[in-house]
Amino acid sequence: MCLAIPMRIIEIEGFTGVADVDGVSRKVRLDLLPEVNLGDYILVHAGLAIARLDAEEAEETLSLLRKLADEI
Amino acid sequence: MKFSEEFRDKELVRDIAGKLKQLGVAPATIMEVCGTHTMAAARFGLKELLPPPVRLVSGPGCPVCVTAQEDLDGYLALGEQPGIVLASFGDMLRVPGTNTSLEKQRAKGAAVKVVYSPLDAVDLAKQEPEKHVVFFGVGFETTMPATAVAIQVAAADQVENFSVFCVHKTMPEALKALLSGGEVKVSGLLCPGHVTTIIGAAAYEFIPRDFGIPCAVTGFEPLDLLLGIESILRQLSRGEAKVENVYTRAVPAQPNPRAQALLNEVFAPADARWRGLGVIPGSGVTIREKYQEFDARRRFAPILAQVPPPPPSACRCGDILRGVMRPQECPLFDKVCTPSQPVGPCMVSSEGACAAVYRYGRE
Repeated sequence: MCLAIPMRIIEIEGFTGVADVDGVSRKVRLDLLPEVNLGDYILVHAGLAIARLDAEEAEETLSLLRKLADEI
Repeated sequence: MKFSEEFRDKELVRDIAGKLKQLGVAPATIMEVCGTHTMAAARFGLKELLPPPVRLVSGPGCPVCVTAQEDLDGYLALGEQPGIVLASFGDMLRVPGTNTSLEKQRAKGAAVKVVYSPLDAVDLAKQEPEKHVVFFGVGFETTMPATAVAIQVAAADQVENFSVFCVHKTMPEALKALLSGGEVKVSGLLCPGHVTTIIGAAAYEFIPRDFGIPCAVTGFEPLDLLLGIESILRQLSRGEAKVENVYTRAVPAQPNPRAQALLNEVFAPADARWRGLGVIPGSGVTIREKYQEFDARRRFAPILAQVPPPPPSACRCGDILRGVMRPQECPLFDKVCTPSQPVGPCMVSSEGACAAVYRYGRE
């Protein structure tokens, strides 16, 4: 039940917005993340954005994974 | 960066799994606390990829599964009342109560609506002002903020025909009870990544401190799961125990202060009854008095007081949720209990440990 989908914010109006994944868009509440901007990726759960996804951290995790594949 | 397919790279999964197998690790039992992890691990075939002495055991993190029979029977009883619409996440539909289920009630003509968000239930109430819509507030900290926002929206818009039957539960207290019980021996915990976006990784620090068990806050893609496993195995091999966050793209170092404030505004900590674990002090929430008109348990207390306690059942979901029994060890598994004729919630929920083993293999 804790599934949350990464979606991209395409509209913002106050505490509500529209987010999109693979061409499917839906309304989301942004109460927890007033700092999000258009184009940001967020995690959406039960109609609420619960976290903003951080591209730099994601890249860092991927490079850590590649290092693990080589090293351990 | 789409934050999904990058973390499913098959070659990288194979390479890392291969390296993990060469490590020569000691036997270890790793509990995936979260039901969404249970299903992700089963779907991606993670168990096949682990070094043989490492085994995964499912924990108490499937909200559908841990919802107490008493609570489900109470919610179902409200559906018998004229003028009440039950609005629930689809996951709860087929869970058998003592006498019926939401699905069976709906088949018999009761007003049961499936919603994707508690906010949809508020909209439903606005559309049907002559009815009273009761949302089934199931879920952990991931889901609680959405319910809190729905209650605030209902209060602001003066939606008087909406309430929440709140059975939300909190994860750290349940883990503490589980580990204190001493029944289940785990070497490490994969902590629920999405719950942690709300409560912060520091919420698990008592686990390494008080129980000496390493933790990894883990995401839900195959590479995330491998990274979590690697973190725990590395900590074990070094004799360390700490909380490592390997889901940093979603879980920041500090918990979201707005989520904390929102939850504190709408909910107060309370004891909660868990299937299989009994009543755990402080492991749930009630709706604060300020919002009491939206509290279905309070509003319908006289009806709920009439609901008889459930009779004992042969279903062993409780043992499975505590990680002391594996699904295939239950005498009902695949005999009288199957996904099409489920006896207990662990076989119903798409995230239940029994459903995962039934669908994706018996190890």
